[in-house]
Amino acid sequence: MSRLELLFKEKKERVLNVYFTAGYPNLDSTDKVMSSLQSNGANIIEIGMPYSDPLADGEVIQTSSIKALSNGMTLTVLFKQLANMRKSIHIPVILMGYMNPILQYGFEAFCKKAKEVGVDGLILPDLPLFEFEQFYGKVIKHNGLDFIFLVTPETPPERIKKLDSLSSGFLYAVSSSATTGKDKDFSKVASYLKGLQNMQLKNPILVGFGIKDKTTFDMATAHTQGAIIGSAYIQVLSKGGDIEESTRQFLNGVLSI
Amino acid sequence: MQSFSTINNYQNPSEEGYYGEFGGAYIPEMLYGNVETLRKQYLQIMQDPIFQTEFQQLLKDYVGRPTPLFLAERLSKEIGATIYLKREDLCHTGAHKINNTIGQIILAQRLGKKKIIAETGAGQHGVATATVCALKGMECVVYMGEKDIERQAPNVARMKMLGATVIPAVSGSKTLKDATNEAIRAWINEPIETHYIIGSVVGPHPYPDMVARFQSVISEEIRKQLKEKTGTELPTHVVACVGGGSNAAGAFYHFLNEPTVELVAVEAAGHGVNSGLSAATTQLGTHGILHGSKSIVMQTQDGQVVEPHSISAGLDYPGIGPLHAFLYESKRGTFLSATDEEALASAFHLSKIEGIIPALETAHAFSVLPKLNLKPTDVVVVCLSGRGDKDLATYMQYL
Repeated sequence: MSRLELLFKEKKERVLNVYFTAGYPNLDSTDKVMSSLQSNGANIIEIGMPYSDPLADGEVIQTSSIKALSNGMTLTVLFKQLANMRKSIHIPVILMGYMNPILQYGFEAFCKKAKEVGVDGLILPDLPLFEFEQFYGKVIKHNGLDFIFLVTPETPPERIKKLDSLSSGFLYAVSSSATTGKDKDFSKVASYLKGLQNMQLKNPILVGFGIKDKTTFDMATAHTQGAIIGSAYIQVLSKGGDIEESTRQFLNGVLSI
Repeated sequence: MQSFSTINNYQNPSEEGYYGEFGGAYIPEMLYGNVETLRKQYLQIMQDPIFQTEFQQLLKDYVGRPTPLFLAERLSKEIGATIYLKREDLCHTGAHKINNTIGQIILAQRLGKKKIIAETGAGQHGVATATVCALKGMECVVYMGEKDIERQAPNVARMKMLGATVIPAVSGSKTLKDATNEAIRAWINEPIETHYIIGSVVGPHPYPDMVARFQSVISEEIRKQLKEKTGTELPTHVVACVGGGSNAAGAFYHFLNEPTVELVAVEAAGHGVNSGLSAATTQLGTHGILHGSKSIVMQTQDGQVVEPHSISAGLDYPGIGPLHAFLYESKRGTFLSATDEEALASAFHLSKIEGIIPALETAHAFSVLPKLNLKPTDVVVVCLSGRGDKDLATYMQYL
């Protein structure tokens, strides 16, 4: 059973996945950010692999990606930083990023290395279903990694079922068609999430895009197993305070009951 | 892993949009609905007789087609071959770009869209998009790199006068690549009512094929006009500049499966191919994914897209359409390049010997003519893709 499966077996609600950009705010802050997330209540860590042209991301993650790249972050550097992470990080870790840097690294080599350092799954928003089924999906599965597809309010039910059937770990429900970091009207999102929940999908559902605080986290998790925070946490890190302390304050706020 | 069934048919990519191994649709799920609708419907809509009637009528009465095929006598004499110029610069709005925007605006209406977004480099595609939006009464937003807004001021003014909103792209190199990123992001944020009119043969399938088909009127006319003038439909060479590659795709299209016709694509070498300031994608790039399709991309070893350089905003792009990547790799196309300096010299030279001031992009195509080792019997068609009015500010610095 994968770490993600185990997590959702034990925790069926209010699962919190937090995204950060590798190499941000500093090249070597990866360890510190991860341990701070783990010790302050995050259930999943999503590491963003910075890319020069992140199409699905809004300004906050674009800016953090550019900074991370200028700090010197590359996939090779990231894998070196993650080499010993499983000595201290026990929660699931997934990698999120775009296809181009991975193709340059070598797709198979990338999957193999990710598995080797203890990564559990992948989110690759610009890897479409057709390509996944043609080739890449087999490589991902062969290396024992979970793959998480995105669905949106515009995804037709048949396609949701298909994307769910090919995903493992969880299914990523984008709260509304938008790039990351945009504010949302969550009253509209609720009926979409209820609909998703009623579809009896194979995977647990985590909601992402627009989740930024306790209010939005509570709304998103009222109908699903959990939610994903990205841009809001990057903004916390961008303020430049002590990583452990600012992470603690931010996550305490989000998770308070 | 991809369908190679189309390997000898450059005009028809596979159902999933592959030319050989290039193409496809590497897009986030948020764009799936829009792109899938286009993929399923574009050929059907384009082949519909009612669509064709409106499209052809507008090309004739609004764009001013057919554009002339002009025998450039002084240039021919100088080069030592017969040189014809396909006068796309005489299209309404001053470049070939409007062939595509006319087609896509009718298509957008058919799809029930209310708003149009576009990216632009030199501003020619932005103007062509703003123009057809005015014609059809649709809202128009154009994304343009901040750097290009500065160097193509007349086109920015034209877009505004035509009623479009011009939004500066301030990320990255602040040029065409970033304008395209911003346009794609805008489409993600507003997918239902919006159609994205991509200006070149780039982007996710079906855009490269769709834009090539709309631009193919260029080579359709060349064949007919050449037959009238010379008795044969086939030139020995067709020469066009390539950024993303839309005028080249249009000028090559009906010659793609004619092996006797040499297809010459001219990229922007900037300060020189190996200067570090260049946009010669096939020379400097490697296989990668940019703006939703697999192609040749200028990038670092780590897969980060690099910032290109060209004096011409329209060629200042670190990628190339997948059709062109396939023409390059299969050696069907001859890929050459011209530097900023060579392009400037060509622009001034053409102005003086033929009385035609070309766009800076177009000028690159003329720079390679002396390097083609042409014979007196050769018949060369150069796609004169756009006129130089928009580049006067640059040209004035060299007067």
